Amino acid sequence: MPKPLPIVPYLKIPDEGDPYLEGHRCLDCRAVFLGERSVCANCSARDRLEAVRLSNHGELYVYSITHRSFPGVETPYVGAIVDLEGGGTVKGNLIHIDPDPEKIPLGLPVELTYQIAPRKDAEGNEYLMYYFQPRT
Amino acid sequence: MSENVYIIGTDMIRFGRYPEKSVPRLGADAALAALDDAGVGLRDMQALYCGNLLQAGAMVGQRVLQEIGQTGIPVVNTANACATGATALREGWTAIRAGLYDLVLVVGVEQMGKAGLLGGGGSKGISTEGLLGSGTMPAIFAEAGMEHARKYGTTFEQFAKVSVKNHHHSTRNPKSMYQKETPLEDVMGAEMISYPNTKLMCSVNVDGAAAAVLASESKARELGLGRAVKISASILTSDPYTARDLTMPDINTCTRLAAKQAYEMAGVGPNDLDLVELHDCFATAEILHYENLGLCADGEAGKLIDERQTYYDGRIPVNVSGGLLSKGHPLGATGVANVYEVATHLRGEAGERQVAGAKVGLTHVIGLGSACAIHILERVAV
Ligand SMILES: [Zn+2]
Repeated sequence: MPKPLPIVPYLKIPDEGDPYLEGHRCLDCRAVFLGERSVCANCSARDRLEAVRLSNHGELYVYSITHRSFPGVETPYVGAIVDLEGGGTVKGNLIHIDPDPEKIPLGLPVELTYQIAPRKDAEGNEYLMYYFQPRT
Repeated sequence: MSENVYIIGTDMIRFGRYPEKSVPRLGADAALAALDDAGVGLRDMQALYCGNLLQAGAMVGQRVLQEIGQTGIPVVNTANACATGATALREGWTAIRAGLYDLVLVVGVEQMGKAGLLGGGGSKGISTEGLLGSGTMPAIFAEAGMEHARKYGTTFEQFAKVSVKNHHHSTRNPKSMYQKETPLEDVMGAEMISYPNTKLMCSVNVDGAAAAVLASESKARELGLGRAVKISASILTSDPYTARDLTMPDINTCTRLAAKQAYEMAGVGPNDLDLVELHDCFATAEILHYENLGLCADGEAGKLIDERQTYYDGRIPVNVSGGLLSKGHPLGATGVANVYEVATHLRGEAGERQVAGAKVGLTHVIGLGSACAIHILERVAV
């Protein structure tokens, strides 16, 4: 069984151990970015960015509940903006929660869970993706 | 010492759907109307600045001249998302300020056709839409609104009231796509696109064109200042770094930066404004911009709409044209059309929707990604 591909470049799938999200942190101003880069968007420092393994735990900052999307996209879904512990802000679907604004508290503690995506590309490759779910 | 810049003519076509017309034809219709309004001809124009987004690679400005007169003047085509038209206007302003020209033509034009309000699709690999949240415009602006709700407790109903107001305003604007009242229960009960934005809280997808003739002060005086409107500030910003903005576009910081610079340049403050046309691409956005533009203190935008202070007869009328929510949002034309709206009030020519005694007005657009353009316009004291 071939290894799945990452749905986004900042999702890392090591040969040994669990998948994780990778960020880069500026050594000068401490800003954290998703994915790779060599120059800081905040302070413009060059070659002062180090790769960091982002936390699987975070807090729900804000969300939307999308009822109409592109053809073929199943709705509704909760799109969450999550601030990870230790830095980094990530967007993803929040699952295992009712898509009802009355039932989604802002600030909710959430955790990442990694799963095979329900879509394949034209060549039939599988992709690994992540969701957020309420932390138990 | 660079000269002040004046709008000496401006007009727009009624926003709507014109599948039988080409993009250059729509632009040409607005251009000719603005030239007529200014009482000058195309042959007086020394340059053309043309804003269009969806055909950004297709020389729309030159094709406008192919419709109305190929005089060999320089043509600059601009593309800057929803700030495209305002960017063209600012480029014209910049050139006159630099002393290059005395008279330039600005056109903003867009034909949306079947382009949806949802925005662009996914990239290579598999689409992440609906898996890693949503990249659709209604969702992005829903999340921006939720940030305000998180900070200040703003409600779905308060966001919806913005749409009630702007649709109400549009009933007095013959150039608006729609001229229909939408009561609160209709707005809140409309199809939910991305909570908290229902279908009636999303801007209307239309074709449109607007144009303006800009003149240096000496040229404006020579032609007669009677109906001229002074551009007392023209500001363009991009988004400064903020902690979440690469994941969640930040439309606030670039607007605040532009507003501060614009008020400084014009030597006025938000309390001096008689009307504002701001970027209500979604109802949630208008609430944020009340505070971003300093129309009220931070945290008081919900109260501002509850108290109807932004209605045409309120303390600070906002989007008396009907705004993007009802007049329509033809991307590249929007920034020029809101300059037309404010200029028309300053000239006292806005008919049924005239804001009484308007002397100073502000226009604002945001292109996501991001570009913010603000212009402050003033009636000329004759
Ligand atoms: Zn830095």
